Amino acid sequence: MNPRVTVLAGGLSHERDVSLRSGRRVAEALRASGCEVTVLDADAHLLPRLAEERPDVVWPVLHGAIGEDGALRDVLELLELRYVGSRPQSCRLAWDKPIAASVVRAAGIAVPEHIALPHATFRDLGAQPVLAAAGAWAGFPLVVKPSRGGSALGVAVVDGPGDLARAVVDAFAYGDTAVVQQHVPGTEVAVSVVEVDGELLVLPAVEIVADGGSYDYTARYTAGATEFFAPARLADDVTDRLAKAARGAHEALGLRHVSRIDFIVDPDGTPVFLEANAAPGMTETSLLPQGVAAAGLELDAVYRGIVQTAFTA
Amino acid sequence: MSQHPPPSSPPDAPAASAAAGAAAAGSRHGNRLDRWRDTYAARTASMTASEIRALFAVANRPEVVSLAGGMPYLPALPLDAIAGIAQRLVAERGAVALQYGSGQGEEVLREQIVEVMRQQQIHAHPDDVVVTTGSQQALDLVARVFLDPGDVVVAEAPSYVGALNVFRAYQAQIVHVPMDADGLQPQALDETLTRLAAQGRRVKFLYTVPNHHNPAGVTLSLERRPAVLDVCRRHGVLVLEDDPYALLGFEGDPLPALRSMDSELVVHLGSFSKTFAPGFRVGWAVAPHAVREKLVLAAESAVLCPTSFGQFAIAEYLQTYDWLGQVKVFRELYRERRDAMLDALATHLPQATWTHPDGGFYVWLTLPDGLDAKAMLPRAVTARVAFVPGTAFYADGSGRQSMRLSYCFPTADRIREGVRRLAGVVQDELEVLETFGSVGTPPHERQGSVDSPGPELA
Repeated sequence: MNPRVTVLAGGLSHERDVSLRSGRRVAEALRASGCEVTVLDADAHLLPRLAEERPDVVWPVLHGAIGEDGALRDVLELLELRYVGSRPQSCRLAWDKPIAASVVRAAGIAVPEHIALPHATFRDLGAQPVLAAAGAWAGFPLVVKPSRGGSALGVAVVDGPGDLARAVVDAFAYGDTAVVQQHVPGTEVAVSVVEVDGELLVLPAVEIVADGGSYDYTARYTAGATEFFAPARLADDVTDRLAKAARGAHEALGLRHVSRIDFIVDPDGTPVFLEANAAPGMTETSLLPQGVAAAGLELDAVYRGIVQTAFTA
Repeated sequence: MSQHPPPSSPPDAPAASAAAGAAAAGSRHGNRLDRWRDTYAARTASMTASEIRALFAVANRPEVVSLAGGMPYLPALPLDAIAGIAQRLVAERGAVALQYGSGQGEEVLREQIVEVMRQQQIHAHPDDVVVTTGSQQALDLVARVFLDPGDVVVAEAPSYVGALNVFRAYQAQIVHVPMDADGLQPQALDETLTRLAAQGRRVKFLYTVPNHHNPAGVTLSLERRPAVLDVCRRHGVLVLEDDPYALLGFEGDPLPALRSMDSELVVHLGSFSKTFAPGFRVGWAVAPHAVREKLVLAAESAVLCPTSFGQFAIAEYLQTYDWLGQVKVFRELYRERRDAMLDALATHLPQATWTHPDGGFYVWLTLPDGLDAKAMLPRAVTARVAFVPGTAFYADGSGRQSMRLSYCFPTADRIREGVRRLAGVVQDELEVLETFGSVGTPPHERQGSVDSPGPELA
């Protein structure tokens, strides 16, 4: 029997546009595999609609804010609806990048040195001394990013002390806490983890080579602006270590059904964890669909299998 | 029928089935997810995804007060009367109204456009008029007829983003000339044209929005109009007068158009999008006869003919409805909203400065020193208010300290609420500024990406 699926897309986050596109692609694939699919926005009409329709499975393809911070999934739990993706507590862990890094490090996976700096720290202690200390500690280049959020919004690689304040201020535009992180040179890769028909699959890593070096918003969502290698150009033993690390991070955070784990593979071949995404992008240019293709699998079947996992859970 | 059948073997397709075996490290090509990437014309270089543009996706949600869009307030239209017009038109003259028409536009409408332009003291002949798919297409046609790559277009600072995008698409270089409360400054224009001539650069035309400027909200004063024309005449530079807001002034009669003062120097663009409805997509150009010939040929190659249905519907509306009375309804509505916005700004944002539009849709607001409207937009979206950062209206990356606020679509209450939210965002930004001091502009700013919302934004 084909389950009735409600895909949630849109929302009010900074990534609404990406979510709408991801949601359309997921809905299209599920329809092609025989599911009856409704697409709904996460707004004031949502709960009455869900109460009325009682779908067999809800798939929240909402990036950012309530879609990824666990809040929406809490509500789905309240409504006793089955849904695709991680439970609220795991979402909360993954969504907060410094916390996610601590959890993943405790599982024995390498993470970059990082420090979370709320705006109040700069305000109370003075911006210049804090910036100077953070810069001296991390060394340049370093990475500044909002502690929460996706699509590389507010993320900057900072080459020297002169650009650090600007980068921190830009990160604050997306949230109250900025993360200063050591820059890890190496190969940027994304590994998607999916549970298809109850079986956990670590998909082949997708290697990212952005024109101009920075996989920023424009590089992510302009077709052609980034070169991808799927599977990534890595030695076999490194590929194995990476897959283990991805699975390890997925499990350490308690993620479920679908996730994407981003790494840098350093020059020694060590996978260094950057972040985990509980609601990974599913657009035409996104990484998870490329991992599916690299595995020799059909997108429709994989998405249908993910739904099946949630349906029978 | 597709004119571009896809080739049978893509050079860099994902090759899903063979991927596992193809991992010969280092040498193989990756996948760019766009097999035509190396085929595009150079002019597409700026057509990229933009995180600023993506932020506007939330602006049409009812929770967000959008001061970013430029949609006229169509609920104020007499929709029943228009329905009757459309019904009669199809029932009685459908075979003509739904047929191809002349590339220059229907004569009956061109005659009426001549009448409409008399409001601005333009005396033209229907033969001088080319009907276009919105005045936006007229911009494209003029650019197509005049611009070679590298040619210079001189435009106000700031300038209408939709025009800048057209000029960019024709690979023109845009040079801005400053404005003040009385519009474009003739002396600065003279100096700019003199400097460009000395540099041996080829200026093709001045692009100007003389009335109720988008985005600046100012109007070129009557005194300055002959002066601007005089400067252009001396430098041998054509004037492209883009004038969609002329009849939407809140005080007095419309000023005489630049075209009314010199019919050989000026190409004048008009539109029914703001005085009636943009959905009909009907605008026009009035040009010297030789230019007009070329515009008609260019229009035919672009669209064969403008919308027949839209033209006949507008012709019927102009003939049978008190259209000037309707323009007055719009004017009163927009005036109220302008007042609401100016009052709210005075109440909530005394630390900023802004223009006082006497018509049109927009206020141009300049933030206190050190603030950056573009960097502020994500925070504004979090606070459920949207605006267009000033950078969208410059070709050279300036405008960071300014923003365009529109009052055309939201109600007065929503405008007040939006300004209140905006003031909160500015306050937060000032606190960040106080903590960090001025931090300058981002080091790796991408130039030329489209940072403006699409036309469907409220």
